Amino acid sequence: MKRLVRHHLFWPLAVWAALLLFNLLYSPDFFSIVVRNGHLYGSLIDILNFGAPLILVALGMTVVIATEGIDLSVGSVVAISGAMACLWISKGADQNSPGLAFAAIGLAVLLSLALGLWNGLLVSGAGIQPIIATLILMVAGRGIAQLITSGQIITISSKPYSYIGTGSLAALPFSIFVVAAMFGIAALLTRRTALGLFIESVGNNPRASRLIGIRSRVVLISVYVFSGLCAGIAGLILSSNVASADGNNAGLWYELDAILAVVIGGTSLNGGRFYLTGTVIGALIIQTLTTTIYVIGVPPEITLVVKAFVVLVVCLIQSETFRNKIAERWRTRHYPAEREVTRHA
Amino acid sequence: MKRFGKLSLLAVLALMMVVVAACGKKNETSPSPSASQAAAPASESPKASEPAPPADKKIVLGFAQVGAESGWRTANTKSIQESAAAAGIDLKFSDAQQKQENQIKAIRSYIQQKVDVIAFSPVVESGWDTVLKEAKDAGIPVILTDRAVDSKDTSLYRTFIGSDFVEEGRKAGQWLVEATKDAQGDVNIVQLEGTTGSAPANDRMAGFKEVIKDHPNLKIIASQTGDFTRAKGKEVMQAFLQAHKKIDVLYAHNDDMALGAIQAIEAAGLKPGVDIKIISVDGVHDGMQAASEGKINYIVECNPLLGPQLMDAVKDVLAGKEIPQRIVTKESAFTSEQAKEALPTRQY
Repeated sequence: MKRLVRHHLFWPLAVWAALLLFNLLYSPDFFSIVVRNGHLYGSLIDILNFGAPLILVALGMTVVIATEGIDLSVGSVVAISGAMACLWISKGADQNSPGLAFAAIGLAVLLSLALGLWNGLLVSGAGIQPIIATLILMVAGRGIAQLITSGQIITISSKPYSYIGTGSLAALPFSIFVVAAMFGIAALLTRRTALGLFIESVGNNPRASRLIGIRSRVVLISVYVFSGLCAGIAGLILSSNVASADGNNAGLWYELDAILAVVIGGTSLNGGRFYLTGTVIGALIIQTLTTTIYVIGVPPEITLVVKAFVVLVVCLIQSETFRNKIAERWRTRHYPAEREVTRHA
Repeated sequence: MKRFGKLSLLAVLALMMVVVAACGKKNETSPSPSASQAAAPASESPKASEPAPPADKKIVLGFAQVGAESGWRTANTKSIQESAAAAGIDLKFSDAQQKQENQIKAIRSYIQQKVDVIAFSPVVESGWDTVLKEAKDAGIPVILTDRAVDSKDTSLYRTFIGSDFVEEGRKAGQWLVEATKDAQGDVNIVQLEGTTGSAPANDRMAGFKEVIKDHPNLKIIASQTGDFTRAKGKEVMQAFLQAHKKIDVLYAHNDDMALGAIQAIEAAGLKPGVDIKIISVDGVHDGMQAASEGKINYIVECNPLLGPQLMDAVKDVLAGKEIPQRIVTKESAFTSEQAKEALPTRQY
């Protein structure tokens, strides 16, 4: 039991379970999943589907944070990648041709890799603080996205493209498979090769890592490129889900949700240690919370307060210091009156 | 685990504050006039001593636009440019790229250039008193378009030309009352609100509620913000469809949210416009397209084409005529059939 509680996934999972349990009590239909038009349909599926982009972005953010960095530009990369893909498709003669969709996807992915590389070079090459280096692209990227869309919302009607966000494979949303693939790749690379160790080492002490022969520069650049790639794919899913690109609003404030997911998942902002599975659960907690708020009908004016409160509770539960304090208080019960009695006796 | 301790807790707390603060974003796809539009009559009548421009000289109008953030805004800009050319008015145009300081700079430069009239769409509602006073001292009349300022001193500007969002909400409500007058039992309405706290969201909701409150069978069973965006509209609608078994009507505060919701309704295996009636506001191209396909039943127009009315007001002001403090844009509404007819001739 003790080992179970100490496992790094215990508290995130417990919080998620509590959220789901609350939903079950509130509306028993929450877990009902029906087959509609050949694919599964229900609140849980929605959570997975709408949570997919956030999970992706948060995965990239996890490895960046593991190197004691941060990537604020992910929201903008989401917007740029969606904008680029939709622009390319809207310019094509036959929007439904698969070739066009693949070209658009390829172009967007290449672009987001390049943007990730830009971040990586600024951080490792130019030695700029990650928060500043990526802030540049966060601000400028929104502008680039609006430039690509010329400030308008680009609507497209490409069947192959909308498959990414709305299509289903084996009765499940296709986006889930994209996430699973990216998660698999990330987990394999970091846990089955030495790369994960290198990342943690660089996050702990870049200098010592360099001295023992790790190329910290390459490691740093590659984590930012990976983060860019994840954000780019998330952008494709988001824009394909609504079949349009909105340079102004797509992925707005995504970086904050992603950082939150990473932290809920147990990864330290100090770097040196990271949990990919924890991040996935963190992102699912955030998406479940959002859906819960819609379902129980919290008035929009206080939605943010409710969210903030739940997040606060989650973070307090996660904090070992806080838990120990509570436990200690429970065990010793040093109430002033009690102390008084003991002293006089 | 010890390492996480206080530091990470602090970091998370700080982060949350950022999250909460950042979420209060200002993002409006539609213009936002304020309550100050219900202003008292002008405390000061227009100065009669104002020099009328000589007949042979072209009127010079300085216009400071917000930016080009949406299709609505682009249509607005085009309308002003075209109607200025048609009215023979020399238009000096500037784009503030959504920044108040750029707009103030532009207005100051218009004052220095001694243009005849200054018109602008304020990016935000507050902080205009100083620059408007400068314009007043220079004897240049100011006209606000499509968004209002919250200045107490209504003598700082001559008139405010723009949409009446409450009226838009009322129109949406009236159509619904008419469409459901034969309905048996309750009509369940879900509402997708605009950005929380923004004027279009508040007013469109107020107007709608005002009309339907006399009809107890019309019930708003759920209402949530969709931030004026398609992605949010879809996400919220999807959750509504899960949570509520019987939804008869969707009222969306703009077309984009309605378009997102249509996708959610289709994903749920229902027919938008048939199984769930959809009312929306704005009348942008994609929305009209959906209406012409019968997916949106009723669109209340929020008209960006206020150029001609602006040019008339400019001429009237310079001719020394008395003009009302509030000029409401000419707006209509479209059913599916009307949308089909209007679509080919729409300018935006």
